[in-house]
Amino acid sequence: MGFFDKLKDGLKKSRDSFFNTIGRILKTKKFDKDTRDEIEELLISADVGVEATEYILSRLEEENPEDAFGTLKKILVEILSSNNKLNVPDEKPFVISMVGVNGSGKTTTCGKLAQMFRSEGKQVVIGACDTFRAAAIDQLKIWAERANSTFIAHMEGADAAAVAYDAVNHALSKGKDVVILDTAGRLHNKKHLMDELQKIGRVIQKVIPAAPHEVLLVIDAVTGQNGLQQAKVFKEAVNVTGIVLTKLDGTAKGGIAIAIAKELGIPIKFIGVGESVEDLKPFVPSDFVDALMLGDEVEDA
Amino acid sequence: MFEGLRDKLSGAFKILSGKGKISERNVEEAIQVVKNSLLAADVNYKVVKEFVENVKKRALGEEVLKSLTPDQMFIKIIRDELIALLGEKESFKLIHRPSYVMMVGLQGTGKTTSAAKIANYLKRQGKHPILVAADTYRPAAIDQLETLGKKIGVPVVAGDRKNAIKIVEEAMKTVRDSGYDVVILDTAGRLHIDDEMMKELDDIKALVNPDEILLTVDAMAGQDAVNSGKVFNDRLGVTGFVVTKLDGDSRGGVILTIRHITGKPIKFVGVGEKIDDFDEFYPDRMASRILGLGDVLSLIDRVEKELDQEKMEKMGEKFIRAEFTLEDFKEQIKEIKKLGMDKILEALPGAPQIDINTSEKELKRVEAIINSMTPQERNNPDIINASRKKRIAFGSGTTVQDINKLLKSYEEMKKLMKMFKKGKVPFALRGLKF
Repeated sequence: MGFFDKLKDGLKKSRDSFFNTIGRILKTKKFDKDTRDEIEELLISADVGVEATEYILSRLEEENPEDAFGTLKKILVEILSSNNKLNVPDEKPFVISMVGVNGSGKTTTCGKLAQMFRSEGKQVVIGACDTFRAAAIDQLKIWAERANSTFIAHMEGADAAAVAYDAVNHALSKGKDVVILDTAGRLHNKKHLMDELQKIGRVIQKVIPAAPHEVLLVIDAVTGQNGLQQAKVFKEAVNVTGIVLTKLDGTAKGGIAIAIAKELGIPIKFIGVGESVEDLKPFVPSDFVDALMLGDEVEDA
Repeated sequence: MFEGLRDKLSGAFKILSGKGKISERNVEEAIQVVKNSLLAADVNYKVVKEFVENVKKRALGEEVLKSLTPDQMFIKIIRDELIALLGEKESFKLIHRPSYVMMVGLQGTGKTTSAAKIANYLKRQGKHPILVAADTYRPAAIDQLETLGKKIGVPVVAGDRKNAIKIVEEAMKTVRDSGYDVVILDTAGRLHIDDEMMKELDDIKALVNPDEILLTVDAMAGQDAVNSGKVFNDRLGVTGFVVTKLDGDSRGGVILTIRHITGKPIKFVGVGEKIDDFDEFYPDRMASRILGLGDVLSLIDRVEKELDQEKMEKMGEKFIRAEFTLEDFKEQIKEIKKLGMDKILEALPGAPQIDINTSEKELKRVEAIINSMTPQERNNPDIINASRKKRIAFGSGTTVQDINKLLKSYEEMKKLMKMFKKGKVPFALRGLKF
């Protein structure tokens, strides 16, 4: 199943799928007062948030389109399009660090990413920097074995930065292509935990000054308006370069990513649409918006 | 938790405050602010609409418009409506012996951690819980529960570690004719629309006939929490919710939503990463907290649960006899740190908005200073002369000024204690209730 189908499949599962409904409303209706209210409700219900919704509505008002559907799509694609590809450095190793709040899917995403790089023929090193959560190391180790990657870990409770240092150092000396660092889930309002994350960055920069080349913030599609705050604080602390939006195969729409892209300019780089390894997909704005908005129509075609 | 919602709502109250008489327009304006505050807090759109209608009806009635303190009346209406949304308090109910408790929910909401926290909560109440690791999907989920079980001294059944149903059957065998009275089942996280996975829960439910089926919900969840909550409830008949990760800065709208939508109560809230960071849920206290009225009752619960009672009583006696030394002072700082400054401040009504990180640093500094003193100095600070001060400052990485500051506040405290002892409570404190 291709990405498009999978995403559509995920959306189909929910009968009152938000973007589907938008598609239906806007196809038949010109942009007027009633449509405006309905769209407002639908955007809010998709976790796009009050501010981003108001922005989108004001854009629609400005253009006052006959084809509100096409215009909405254009606006959404525009918000989501920028720098959606990975920033791969010229010299290896390519260091990626995964960050996020508890339970967003960091460890699973690490495993899937490793597998993705392996399928491209790259040599991957995984660093188990989550030394806090019980059995997090065991969980990641299983993923590393599945992805046939080198696994670097210390004991539970060890210094996360030391693990990161060893992982990066190992990759550099053995000429490996990619290092993926899994960090412990942390709520962004816990200052000491955010300090720890900054320390990881400082320590690996002693080995590779430009590392980490990507800092990916993993966000659960179920996340509401707090996602914006998460992105903001993580960005300030460790300069997040991209979002991985996980669990999009449920009924949640992940509209918060639109708010994040709009308010903070952080691009989405990957989406997770299922449990298996190939369900981590590079993010393609037009596909994403098409699949979300067209829904049933694509099926009819 | 809730700071955001609280701040935004106070914006609504400000519109009405200080006005002797208010117009309908003032009220409408305040209601609009309330609406946006709730939406920004992830309260479900439909619930917000209903809430706003109810508030409007009451607020535009005589009682607010003619009231001499319209802002107070308005706050009261909001509080009443919040309590109505949150519903009555309902306790955790265990009927059978042994009773079964099923933890269910989406991936990453905190089932495994909550299972261990509930086991710990029951153990503290003198029960004999046992945990069952029936999450056979997520790699190492069973190891995670086993580690947590070891930490709290509760056994964990993991059977063949492969088949959830078999693991549950194994657990049922284990508890038969044993002393265990509560069996807590940790199940795999799953999507509510995954029929095959949901069927596994049907089967487990039929097998154990649980007294409680608790759905864990992430406090950061957005509008979709309603969908998954409804499907889980319709299919399994959940008995209550555990709202997790409330120690984040999310505005927790899901708390105001799920009870209303499903009719099922919130029973527990997870408020931190430590195993004791787990409280029973009190709707009325939560409403006060949202409105910035504080939650002293929950603070008292925590103090009772976490602080060393004996130590505190001893210290109280010392305080009254004016024998409170710097050593005791240090002990007290330790206890405060155990509770968490943030949690104390949050629970106090009208607590000053101080930077928690700096006050925690301050506590650490004081602790370091006292640690750098000799036992003799701690018990008799009068002997601390200039050269001793220099040594202490050097040892604790502080300055002589810092030492002076600490000694001065200690002296002031001592003076106060002496006055207590002689029954001469200073005038300024006479009005206070102790």
